Order: sequence, then C-alpha cells, then structure tokens
Amino acid sequence: MTTNGTGSREKTVGTNVSRVDGRAKVTGKAAYVDDLATPGALFGATVRSDVARGTLRGIVKDPAFDWTGITVVTAADIPGDNVVALIEDDQPLLAKDAIRHVYEPVALVACADPVRLQKAVAAISLDVEKLPPVLSIEDAEAKTQIIHGTDNVQKRYVIEHELGGKTIDELIAACDVVLTGRYAVHHQEQMYIEPQGMIAHWEEEGGPTPGVHVTGSLQCPFYVHKAMKRAFGLEGDKVHIGQAVTGGGFGGKEEYPSIVAAHAALLSKVAGKPVRMIYGRKEDIEATTKRHPARVEITTGCTKTGELVALKIECAMDGGAYVTLTPVVLSRGILHAAGAYKWKHARVHGWAVATNTPPNGAFRGFGAPQTIWAIERHMDRLAEKLGREPLALRQQNVLGIGSVTVTGQTLTESVGVVECIEKATKASDYFVKRAHYNEPSPPHARTRRGIGAAVFMHGAGFTGSGERRLKGKVQVDLEQGGVLRVRSASTDIGQGTETIFRQIAADAAELPFDSIVVETPNTSNVPDSGPTVASRTVMVVGSIVGKAAKQVADRVRGTGAGDFAKLADALLAKEKTVSALVEYEPPLKIQFNDETYRGDAYPCYAWACDIAEVEVDLDTFETKVLGFWAAQDIGKAIHPLMCAGQVEGGTLQAIGWALYENVVWKDGHIMNPRMTNYVIPTSKDAPPFTTFLVEHPFSGGPSGAKGVGELPMDGGAPAIAAAVEQAIRAKCNDLPLLPEDLFRAVRAAREGARS
Amino acid sequence: MIRFKVNGAARETDAPPLARLLDVLRVPLGLTGTKEGCGEGECGACSVLLDGVPVNSCLVAVGQCEGRDIVTVEGLAHGEELTPLQRAFVEDGGAQCGICTPGMLVAAEALLRRNTRPTDDDIRDAIAGNLCRCTGYQRIVDSIQAAAAAVRAKGSRA
Repeated sequence: MTTNGTGSREKTVGTNVSRVDGRAKVTGKAAYVDDLATPGALFGATVRSDVARGTLRGIVKDPAFDWTGITVVTAADIPGDNVVALIEDDQPLLAKDAIRHVYEPVALVACADPVRLQKAVAAISLDVEKLPPVLSIEDAEAKTQIIHGTDNVQKRYVIEHELGGKTIDELIAACDVVLTGRYAVHHQEQMYIEPQGMIAHWEEEGGPTPGVHVTGSLQCPFYVHKAMKRAFGLEGDKVHIGQAVTGGGFGGKEEYPSIVAAHAALLSKVAGKPVRMIYGRKEDIEATTKRHPARVEITTGCTKTGELVALKIECAMDGGAYVTLTPVVLSRGILHAAGAYKWKHARVHGWAVATNTPPNGAFRGFGAPQTIWAIERHMDRLAEKLGREPLALRQQNVLGIGSVTVTGQTLTESVGVVECIEKATKASDYFVKRAHYNEPSPPHARTRRGIGAAVFMHGAGFTGSGERRLKGKVQVDLEQGGVLRVRSASTDIGQGTETIFRQIAADAAELPFDSIVVETPNTSNVPDSGPTVASRTVMVVGSIVGKAAKQVADRVRGTGAGDFAKLADALLAKEKTVSALVEYEPPLKIQFNDETYRGDAYPCYAWACDIAEVEVDLDTFETKVLGFWAAQDIGKAIHPLMCAGQVEGGTLQAIGWALYENVVWKDGHIMNPRMTNYVIPTSKDAPPFTTFLVEHPFSGGPSGAKGVGELPMDGGAPAIAAAVEQAIRAKCNDLPLLPEDLFRAVRAAREGARS
Repeated sequence: MIRFKVNGAARETDAPPLARLLDVLRVPLGLTGTKEGCGEGECGACSVLLDGVPVNSCLVAVGQCEGRDIVTVEGLAHGEELTPLQRAFVEDGGAQCGICTPGMLVAAEALLRRNTRPTDDDIRDAIAGNLCRCTGYQRIVDSIQAAAAAVRAKGSRA
C-alpha cells in the first residue's frame, strides 16, 4: 500500500492517503452530536403513539404530576406547516387528528433533568379511538381498510420494453421454457452505531446569525433545511443546519433527521433554551426508517439453450404509513429488477402500498437489493430447470458494451462485469468447489458446505433526470497561503468524503494534498450539492470539486509565474475573494423520460460478482460464512483502501440481512427493538473478505470513478442464499435465512420428495 | 466521594454509586471519547480498561470503581504520539465513521498487551464484543495485525 499525502505534489488519486479525520477519531477527540457541550440546555423527548391506527381525541397531562420547569408542545405549537416537507406533504411533524402507526410522534417534552423528563413523558397519555390497522402488503392490497388515496397505493411505475404490440404474457408463452417464481424480502434496520440526535437553539433578530441553528447527526443538511423552512415558516437565511461528526448513516440519516431537527427546534423555540434531542437505541430502532419489505413475482421465457427472451416482473413494496422517499425507492427498485442481463422483451410493474407501520425509507441500495434478490434467486431457479451451472447461465446472458437494458439504454462504456466474474471465480475456485459440493456427502455428516454466486449492477447517481433537476453545486475558495477551501454539502459519514474530496481537488489543482481543506457542511457555509445518497458523492459531486479547484488554481497561475502561495496572496490582496462556483451538468447524451421510463436510467452502472462459501450445521441449521469474494467494477478507486472498506462493510450488511437480522412485528409493534435481540454480525460472524476493485473507467466521473456506496449491498444476500441452498439441498426464496427458516425449507423439501 | 484513577490521573466524583461509569466519564469528567451505542452492553462502543481488563462502562456502576485504574481512549496516546494501534487504525482502514473506534482500540489494546503475536481468530475473539457496522471487520483485523507487527518490530508495548 502506498501512503502519500503531506506536502507532496505527487498525484494522490489512486493512493491510500491517511484519512484526514483519522487522528481525531482514534484519540476520542472527534465530536459527535452527543459529545457537544451545551451549557443550560434542556433534554428533549418524544411522546409516541402505542396504537397502529386510530383517531386522536386528546392529549392528557396527569394533573397529579408536578409540571414546573417542563415544556410540553403539540401540533398546535408548530408555527409553520405541520408537515415533514420531502416529496408529498402527508406526514405531520406531530400527529394532530389521525394516528397512522405505532411510535408516531404526538407531543414533545423538554426538561433540564433527564430523569424527570422520562417521568413527564410517562405522565402524558393519549386518548385514541382505535381503528383496524393495515399491517402488511397483502392487507393493503385487500383494500378492506383504505388508509391512503382510494386504493392504498402510494406510487406505481411500469417499464415496457419491446413489446411490439403484444402483451408480455403472449411473448412469454411463445418461449420454449417458461418459469414463474415468487420471492420476498423483509425489513432491515440500518443500525448505525451512533443513534440519531440533534441539538437546536435560536438566535434573536439583530444577532450575527439570527434564526434557528441545528447541529447533529445527518447525511443531507439541505433536506433538513427544506423541512425546517416549512415547519417554522422561515426564509432560508434564517435556518442554519450543520453536521456534527456522524457515526454512520447507511441511508438511515437521509430523511429522518428532518424530524429530529424540527422537534428539537420546536421545543427550543417554546422553552427559550437550547434543546438536546438524542435518541436512545430502543427509540431509534422503533421510530426511525427501515428497508422496505418487498414481494416480487417473476415470470420468464427463454430458449432451451438458456438464452433469456422475455421477462415479467410484478413488484410490491411496503411504504409504511407515509410516502416519505418511497416513490424514489420503488423507482430504483424497478430499474434494477431485470438484473445484469439481456432481455429482448420486458414488462416491469412496481407499486408501493401504505401500511400502518413506521414509514420505510432510505437504506443503502435503496430498493435495488430487494429486486436483485428476486432476479438472482430466479436465475438460480432457471438454471436448475435448464440443468445448467448457475453462474454459466449468467455469463451467457450478462449485459456488455452495446447491450440494451430494459429501459432501452444502450451501454456504451464502463462495463467490467466479465472481468468481475473472472476474478471472483478464479480466486474462490468457484467452479471446482461448486461441482465438489454437489457430490453426495457422507451419511450422517453433521455439516455440509455450499458455494454460490450473484452477478449484479448498481446505477450511479440520481435516477433518470434527477441530477439534471438537482443542479448540485460546489464552491472552492482561495485562502491565504495558497490554500483551497472546498465547500460542498456532501457529508462525511464514515465513507471518507473529506479525504477523497481533498485528493480529487489536489490532483485537479496540481497542488499538494495539504493545500486543500474541506469545510464541514453547514447550510449557511456551503452551496447545495444535493444529498449524500445514491452513490453520487464521488462520481457527481467529486467531478465538480475537481473542476472548481482547477478553476481557482488556474486563476492564480494566470497572474504570473512563481510560487503558488505568493501568487495566491497577491491575488487575494487585490481581489479580497477568489472563488469558483460550479454546477453539475450531466453528460448531454444521458436522456431519460420520467413519464414513459424509457431512456438512460443512469449515466453509468457499477458492476459486480460476489461469491459466498458457507457451511451449514445440519442439526442446528446455523450458517457459518467461510469466505467471501467480491469483485466490483467501480470505474476508478480514488482511495483503494476506503473503497475496499465500502465493499466489505456493505457486503457484511447484506450478509446480516440474509442470515441474522429480522425485525419481529406484532400488531404494528416491534418486539425486538434492541441490539440484544436485533442481531447484526459480529467479528466472529463476519467471513474473511477477498476484495477485487475492478476499474473500467466512466468518462463522466473524476479519473473514471463510478459509485461504490450501494453496490456492495446488492449481491451479498443472493450469493449467500445460493450457497446455503447448495448446502441444505433445499430452496430459499424468501429472506431471512435464520436457522428456523432453513429448518422449514429442508422439511418442505423432504415432504415434497416424499409426496 | 468515589476516588479512582483515570488515564493515570487521580479523579473523584460525588455521583451516586449506582451511576453508570459511562455517564461519569462523559459528563462530569468530560471524557466524551467513550461512546454510548446501546446502553445495554451489546455494542462495546463504551469499552474502557478497568485494571487492564476491557469492560462495557455502561454496565459498570461507578461505585465499583473505588481505588481502581481506568483507561479510556483519551489515555491511549503518549501525548501527541499515537500508539501503533491508533496509527494502524488511521492508515489501514480500521476506522470509518469512528463511533466504534474508541471501544475497538481499547479492546485491541488489552489483546496486544497480553499477546503481540495474535492470529486473526484471536483478534476476532478479542473484538467480538465490539460491533462495527461500517467496515465488515476485515480492515479492523488487518489494522490490529499491522499494529501487532509494529509492536513486535519495536519491542515496545502496544
């Protein structure tokens, strides 16, 4: 590994410079929201519904309780609109009349003493007339209760590809081999190790920065900014949203922080003091967003030789009680539903329904892991039916340069999937092991092994015309001594944004790494670069970081020859401010029709092949992951070590989703809202990872880089399932794959064999 | 008054004996490097060394600490000089979001103090009580191996 950095002018992109926030993080000095001292602050807490659906008749404060020094606020205290402004305005900041899910916030309480605070929360009761709740996709589709619109459907999309006047059913029926399957996935909790939290205070008119100030754990400062403007009826310059060091997000801190921020700010406004609203783990698991459960039905037609022809997908997702980001999650889900394969004809139909459960939201992969699970299971089912080796069937049909996707996008560059398959299969010895594990095991063997593969892709950047609408911006300012300050709204939540932006800016400006500083995002100090989501930070925002840095450096160098720092100081003495503001322009050739869902769904895709090897205990059905090989084409690894960290961390989240994690529901309540009983993988559960970063550059990304954030989440679960199926000689169409699920699968396979 | 040593210095607290050591460290003593991830001993983000043994400070009553020796993440470095473990976590990808890092470092410190030639399995055992959601653990294991190698090369303590 090359360690670079300091004052060297050597190129840093592609090297493993020391992560710039590393020293603060290993010495305990990095200040996360709960570490910030706020003298005189009150503690805030939330009164939540314990009913899934009902009519709120009243909020009752226990008259026997001593309410001195305690602030209580309800929906009536919200000065602006009682909505969490995001896509639709259906979600209130505090429930006013209707209760739509358990854990819905109804009132807020603040107190200087955290112990009295909890007693005060307990002294508030909600008078709710219960209504029958809708608790699953099937409940919502039955339409016995209507809780959203006229049919409980929050959003619907259809992609149709080369139907030529026929129906997809007709096209499938004309094929040699027809196969139908149904696959389902469950909720997943993000489980960042730092729970959500915000600290708010208000500054009076006439002060240097009047308005509301909120600092906390978040991914998208301008999402919070937008929500706060609506909630408090404020102009943008009166809302100041800053990021504290953030202890992981994975999508979980994309939209929910708007609620925490507005709650803290509302309490602070009424109480007239700063308020700390820091969630405990149980509250965080119960109230905040999760990955959308989904049910995917796939019918395919192919030739006898395994050439894929026609694809029909019907995908239903559970959006939860409010729309939040569900339309976007559904969109990404259906755009990835056809997998990494060539189809001549396709119809992909997706819809999301409302249920009386907490809104599901952003989680790494954002709809794609759900649909990729389904298509990858289906490819394995198809391989069985055809008597083919499953990875060989994938290789036969995988997309390549010149192929056309189901949205009609012709792939013209940066498709490294064949190399990914070669690297992963070779290193894991996949084909030899796969054949070997198919042989009969000794009678009464306690354990059996399996090896499985998944092939997949993930679009980088916003879907369709998203980036064109978003117009993300970055500003670079010249400072004394020839230093460039990068101002962007892209947050570092552990993935290394600050380090990588410094690398990109330093190389583009031909300056030493140490001549670049990155401003900590605060909406008052940085332009809106768009949210830190969608695998877009390096590819989209990074590309304009480089452009802006180069523009500023070119201006300095244009003033004459000689030492950069001296030229910079001379220019600053003359002009006071020297800066560049650059707006992202998607490649012109990228065109997408948001109405018909035809065209270039993403500027480019990252590609991958994952291989998992497992051993299953045939008595306890415990699965041990023996090894994991991930080969992922991300265009260019700006910082290879951090990229490998993204691949391995994302993959382990996918392994956790498959083998350990399970939200247990009862009547809309979560029965396991603790780390003790919602189990994420430990160091003992995690396999050794062998990671290959494959680099097929994308012309629109900085040094060819594509997104890496979400891709690793997509393939882990199906690769694990393929391996587990081989080990237990039974089928797993639904997540999770807990021991009891494997036991049931094996029993079903035995009963099937007998009958 | 409960008296104990924290990072080599004598400290005292008038907190109730059943107060969590975690809260005493974070609030009156201002040592916010020790984190709370779950408050029930599952995540290990609040790990500190108590007489050299890693414990979850959210499960330790401060009354149990009378006369004892506590080391937090703030007490690992020698002044400005990082320990081999701290350096390795910065250089080898052991830290991403950083919220588990203080606890990981404390658990790894206890391991390297007793074993400077750990196997990967030894390392995975030693940090089994410390959850990380970012890294997949591979780079943490690699960081601890790199630190162990540095300790062996120097013949110094972790």
